[in-house]
Amino acid sequence: MKPVKRRSTREVPAKPPVKHHEIRQTRTAGGDFTDKLHAYRDHHAHALFSSLGRLVATPFTTIMTIAVLAISISLASGFYIMVINVQQLTADLESSNQISLFLKDEVSNEDAADLAADIQKNSNVQAVKMISKEQALAEFKTYSGFGAAIDVLEKNPLPIVLQVLPKNTLQDKQQLENLFKTVKQFDEVDYAQVDMQWVDRLQSMVEVARRGTALFSFMIGLGVLFIIGNTIRLELHNRRDEIMIAKLVGATNSFIRRPFLYTGFWIGFISGVSAWFIVALLMLILRQPVEKLSGLYEGDLHLIFLSVTDTLALLAISSLLGIFSSWAVLLFQLRHTRPE
Amino acid sequence: MLKFDNVTKRYPETGDVLHNVSFHLQQGEIAFLTGHSGAGKTTLLKLIAVMERCTRGEIFLDGQCLSHVKESQLPFLRRKMGFIYQDYKLLTDRTVFDNVALPLAIAGFGHAEIRRRVRAALDKVGLLGKEKKLPQALSGGEQQRVGIARAVVNKPPLIIADEPTGNLDPELSAEIMLLFEQFQQVGVTVLIASHDISLISQMNHRLLKLDHGQLVSSV
Repeated sequence: MKPVKRRSTREVPAKPPVKHHEIRQTRTAGGDFTDKLHAYRDHHAHALFSSLGRLVATPFTTIMTIAVLAISISLASGFYIMVINVQQLTADLESSNQISLFLKDEVSNEDAADLAADIQKNSNVQAVKMISKEQALAEFKTYSGFGAAIDVLEKNPLPIVLQVLPKNTLQDKQQLENLFKTVKQFDEVDYAQVDMQWVDRLQSMVEVARRGTALFSFMIGLGVLFIIGNTIRLELHNRRDEIMIAKLVGATNSFIRRPFLYTGFWIGFISGVSAWFIVALLMLILRQPVEKLSGLYEGDLHLIFLSVTDTLALLAISSLLGIFSSWAVLLFQLRHTRPE
Repeated sequence: MLKFDNVTKRYPETGDVLHNVSFHLQQGEIAFLTGHSGAGKTTLLKLIAVMERCTRGEIFLDGQCLSHVKESQLPFLRRKMGFIYQDYKLLTDRTVFDNVALPLAIAGFGHAEIRRRVRAALDKVGLLGKEKKLPQALSGGEQQRVGIARAVVNKPPLIIADEPTGNLDPELSAEIMLLFEQFQQVGVTVLIASHDISLISQMNHRLLKLDHGQLVSSV
């Protein structure tokens, strides 16, 4: 211990000043170690449930706060799951760098087949698939829902399409470009298109959406911090007398903090659970139309829901936000709360 | 047990509230702290509780110098004192039992031990059987006795009472004083701030008289 400064010159205390072991004696006055441990556990359990009880005791305030938080958190997780779903769509397309050749109207099926055979000889081509006018029409009728309208047309408006699938080794863009130029030059070809382009575009859009979601979630997280922080601040204010009394009978700051940290935890956790249900509800509403849309595009897109890991992460993050914002508020407020 | 050594407390706005106060309370001694309003009684008690720190001089509790106790150690120091207030300072939304159990819960006692000690303390102040009542359901004298039970439940060596009988009639006040004498008999030091002269004069205890921040009598 530091030597006592500013001591009166007249008298020297009989005993040395502050002794740490004396203070500790008071600290461990509660019995032996196991007793202390049990008591500690009991007090945590008590703080856990009494803080929940306090939230339940003021249902209106609690519901208002939790509704705001749950909606905010569900917005962030909703965007997240949307990006995940679009990502699965583009993941399927990632390998596809197929070239579509739309042939001129006057080209016959036989000529088209000859051309397909020619292209097949190219060493960079893995496969060529021909879709005749008739096949194209049949497919269109089946999936577009315009069957009756098509029947009205006198002439088949659809061109013959050759789908050229380059070899898998052909990852290099330049090589793909060369192949594209070669096949495009045939006289029979009216219009050529690499599917890569829109895949690229879609992927960059998804990337933008992913980053946007991350930023958005960050802002939502900040908002959640402030909302919970403010709730805890009000609660602290309401229980000011209790805190003063507890301090006067020897409560440490950690003892005073404990129930408020649990309050923060409960608010965060319950908001997380509610947000999960909101997202689940939105997904249920969206599932049917999405699957119908997917069917129309011949795709087998199934709506991905929040995985177990995602759900656990959602609950953990909301709970931690609750605990952290209470902790931050307590750190600032308790410093200014001195017994009077 | 409790020793003031030339203690001065100065507030920037009002000047010296306490000036060179020195006294020494032995273990198991009862003392009345008296004086006119604004004489510095409350400030003196606040210095003991380390709610304020003295400007000059030293205060020793059980040989421990209070002016150098770190903020983080204050809770453990305060567990050595039991405070009793004129306005009782009870938690109005908790039962009598929970109020008295608070210091024990804070000190980390287990359930069984808490129950035993709370019952013992309530028995001492004659409130056994009212554990489940809320403070508002009790009379003023009973509430004050809950406050006393809370102050002694942790068996602190020092009890400090600030106008404990201020809101009570003479008969109840006398009862409360009897309680203090019982604590004294088991070796507890008791310091009572009061300006109830008639009550003080009935009891033959040490008197610390403050006048404008100076200790004018300490017999």
